[in-house]
Parts: sequence; C-alpha cells; structure tokens
Amino acid sequence: MAQEPILTARGLIKRYGRVTALNNADFDLMPGEILAVIGDNGAGKSSLIKALSGAIRPDEGEIRMNGQPVSFSSPMDARKSGIETVYQTLALSPALSIADNMFLGREIRMSGFMGSVLRKLDHKAMERVAREKLSELGLMTIQNINQAVETLSGGQRQGVAVARAAAFGSKVIILDEPTAALGVKESRKVLELIQSVRSRGIPIVLISHNMPHVFEVADRIHIHRLGRRLAVINPKDYSMSDAVALMTGAKTLTNEAA
Amino acid sequence: MSEPTAAVPHHDYEKVIKDSSKEVASFETKRTALQKLQNFLHTSPSAVSLIVLVVSVTVFGLLLGSKFFSAFSLSLILQQVAITGIVGAAQSLVIMTAGIDLSVGAIMVLSSVIMGQFTFRYGLPVELAILCGFVTGAACGFINGILVSRMKLPPFIVTLGMWQIVLASNFLYSSNETIPSQQIQADAPILQFFGNNIRLGGAVLTYGVVAMVLLVALLWYVMNHTAWGRHLYAVGDDPEAAELAGVNVGRMLTSVYTLSGLICALAGWALIGRIGSVSPTAGQFANIESITAVVIGGISLFGGRGSVLGMLFGALIVGVFSLGLRLLGTDVQWTYLLIGVLIIVAVAVDQWIRKAAR
Repeated sequence: MAQEPILTARGLIKRYGRVTALNNADFDLMPGEILAVIGDNGAGKSSLIKALSGAIRPDEGEIRMNGQPVSFSSPMDARKSGIETVYQTLALSPALSIADNMFLGREIRMSGFMGSVLRKLDHKAMERVAREKLSELGLMTIQNINQAVETLSGGQRQGVAVARAAAFGSKVIILDEPTAALGVKESRKVLELIQSVRSRGIPIVLISHNMPHVFEVADRIHIHRLGRRLAVINPKDYSMSDAVALMTGAKTLTNEAA
Repeated sequence: MSEPTAAVPHHDYEKVIKDSSKEVASFETKRTALQKLQNFLHTSPSAVSLIVLVVSVTVFGLLLGSKFFSAFSLSLILQQVAITGIVGAAQSLVIMTAGIDLSVGAIMVLSSVIMGQFTFRYGLPVELAILCGFVTGAACGFINGILVSRMKLPPFIVTLGMWQIVLASNFLYSSNETIPSQQIQADAPILQFFGNNIRLGGAVLTYGVVAMVLLVALLWYVMNHTAWGRHLYAVGDDPEAAELAGVNVGRMLTSVYTLSGLICALAGWALIGRIGSVSPTAGQFANIESITAVVIGGISLFGGRGSVLGMLFGALIVGVFSLGLRLLGTDVQWTYLLIGVLIIVAVAVDQWIRKAAR
C-alpha cells in the first residue's frame, strides 16, 4: 500500500514488575481500514490498546499519529487527538444517567450568561444528542435517557459505551471486545455500526475473540503473541483455523504476509 | 444509519433474526409497595432524611406543643445547626468522593483564629485578615488534596494527621488566647458579621443561618447542573471508570479538598458570629458533627451517592432532637444515644436502598 499509516507504534515495551506485557511490539493502522487484533489471553493485546489510547504509558517505544510522534499521558490526551476507546470495563459511571455518561468530560454548556458565568449544563441538548446516537445504533430499547446506567442490562451498557465512542471518535476508534456481552442480535448491530463508522472514513481497531466476527469485518488481522506482533494477515488468504493456530503457536508463518 | 436497518445475516445462525420479536422490552410493574418505596428512595436520596425530619418535628411538636412548635424555637434550631451545616457542606463534598475529612473542625478554628489574631495582633485591616483566614483554610485543604490525589494516601490517614497538625498549630500560634467579644465589637465588628440577624415575626434568622442555606443551595446547583458536579459523582462512584472516560481524577480530588478547606474558613468566620469571641478551643467536635449530619442525611460513605440537601436535613434532625429532648427535660445523654441509633439506622437504610439497583 502506498498510503501512509494513520497510527503506528514501534518497539513498545511495557513491564509490570517482572512481567513483560509488551515486548518490542509494533503496530500499524491504515486510513479507513478495520484492523482486528487477536491473540491468546495474556498475549498483551490489552496493554497494546491501553498504550495506544493513553491509559498506560509504555516504558519504551514510539507512537506516531499521521507521522508525528505523540505521547499520551492520559486517555484525555488521546481523545483530544481524536482517538476514542471502548474499554472492556466500559468505563461508565453506574450512578450517572445515560446522557451524563455519554458526555462525561465534554459536557455541553448552556449558551450565554447561564453557561459562561453560571457554568450551567444544557441537559436538554445532551439528552437529545444521546438519544439520537442511541437510536442510530438501533441497540437500545430504552425508554428513559435519564435512567442511571446501573439499571441497564450488560448489553445495553455496552451499547451506551459504543455509542459514546462512535459519537465522538474523529480519527481512530478502538473497540476492546465490543460484542463480548452482547446477544446475537445486538452483536449484529455493533458489527453494522463498525462498518458504518468505517464508511465515514474512520479507521477502527477491533479487539475480539470472536473469530467469525473478526473474519467478517476485518480488512487485516494483527496477530499478537507473547507481547509482540507476530504477523499481519489478510483474512481472505487465511482460514479461521490458520489464525487460531498462529496465535496459539501451533503453527508458524512460513511466508511473511504483508 | 439514521434508521435502525434490518440486520443483514452474515452467518447461518443469524438468518432467523429477521423473524424475531420486534417488541420493546417492557417490565412487569407489579411491585409490592415496599419495592416501590425502595425504588423511590433510590432515585431520591435525600427523601429519607426529609421524612425523618418531618416526622421528628411533628412528634416533638405534638409532645411539647407551642413550646417547641413556635417560630422562635424552630429558628433557634437553625441557629444551632448553622455551623454544623456549613462544615457539613464541606464534608459532603469530600464524602461524595468516597473520602473523609477529619480536619474540617480544626481548619475552621484555625481560620477563625487567624482572622482574629491578624486583626488584633498585627493590626491588619480586618478585611485583609478575613482574606488571610480564607487563604489559610484553602491552603490546608489543598495540602490534604495533594496528599490524597498525588501521593495516593488514604484520606482517613491524611486528614487524621492534618487534624492534629492544624489543631496544634492553632494552639501554638494563638497561645491559647481568646479575643473577647467586646473588643471585637468595638474594633472589628465585621468579624461578627454572621451574628447579625433578621427578625421575621418570632423567628430570628442570623446571617450565619442565611449563609448556610445559600451555601447548600449553591452546592446543590453546582452538583446537579455543572460539569464539575457531575464529575464529582463520577469520581466518587468509580474513579477508574471516570479517569478512562476523560475526567481528571487527580485534579478533581485536589479541588474538592481545597474547596472543603475554603468552606471551613467560611465556617470559621460564621463561628465568630455565633460565639461572639475568637476562641482557639471552640468547635472541637465539628468534624464528628459534620460526619453525623452527612451520614444521617443519606450520603453514602462509599461515595457517589446522595445529595447535599440530605446533609442539611441530617443536620436539622440532630438539631431537632437536641432541642426537643432538652425541652422535654431528659438527660442530655439520651440525645447522644438517639443520634447514635440514627446513624446506624441511616447506614442500614442506605445499604437497603442500594439493593434496589441490583
């Protein structure tokens, strides 16, 4: 590909005491693609994603966005650069409402005196946008946008978290196991959402254990093993069992795939 | 994707989805009265304390008649809880973040001593001395906040230490010297500003009471209608989730403890109005009284739940019991005993209400 990658990482190293979670890991995300990241439990997928989304700071290595070196010291930094992440833990505040959660850290204030001096939030506007985003997703069977997140089911919570990322991600969206807690129907909705986000030109990083989902939507598959990138494969050239064999070490790659 | 499009099946097992039920999930609303009550209380956290307050006022009113149920007596309760209410507002903010501030009373006293001593010992203009008192309060709170947010020390330990440090500094600095009321009245009456009062019929409302009510109203607004307030709940609820969702948890905690110190300084000023003099030995139990008000007011010690209005009701409940039992002529220990019972009941009710969410 002649295109320049939008997000790259070179030689990332992250150690937790004596455990090395990332061992010289590389990463490339091309514009407009869906890149799946797969790997066994403990392969370091989560650490890689956290480094890219600013949740952890790698001990060594370099992350570049559009060719420019970036250093994220917090998830807020990454968000300001347009990287939006749905964490496995979802990062929702149980006692706050759906609308409050979607706008946490980027609330809309009232216009004029009420907003600039009294710092009053525009609850109506936030509720309206939240409702729009959720119905775009088609995920929700929620009557009340003001209900606390703790009253939602697991799948609904996941929907709120995905909707939040889709609503605000401008450069890259990272999804860590977005379908893990969802039923068949809801998973389908999320996969459709992923494709619709890509059709807007925004690249997506998808971490998943669900091979059928990965092979269905991914343009390329990044296989992570023992803290580093083992290979990047094209799902059209390999079967699901090949991918599983590679990530578990049952098979090694003979010809280097692009 | 403006409309939820019909799912296009990609896998065999998904083909049946198109026949699936289109009904929106609706839940059986056949709940027992008790469950309804539990749910109501879960969504309105200050309701329990309001109910207890109304019931206790009614009971004492019936027992004591006009001796208790008069504008004068009821406004007396307000005057007696003004300091606790202001300090309790500071405490509410801290407890909302799942922390605790044991140093509130000490910061209050130190601030009031600084306001008095700076005026009379150094001859500073009284306005400047008051400002110095506020700066001191905020600085103490700021140190608490930095130790909790940056050094990651437990709030209980930090503020336990700060309580001793501030209280000792207060005695060392003031050499245990009280500035008498007459002297303040003659030379710096503005120190007693919050002791002035408004009379409405038989009711006597000191400026301290007005300040407490305004402060609670302001904090209620801030907590419900500003981003800072929403972040306060998010940080108390689940700090890790809040951090990942884009809240600067460290800065939030620092600002909460600093604001708590600042409010304590306000309480220190109001304290001079209440007792007339500047005394380094005043307000010894303000920390325990504020925690009591917060707990009875239904703010969860685990953070993220409750309302500052509840704290006000909690403080008033304590005031109603104190005055009511005194007018009944009971031993004052009965007051402490009943307040102890109330604290435990309040926490038990909080646990029960939380189950509504499960």
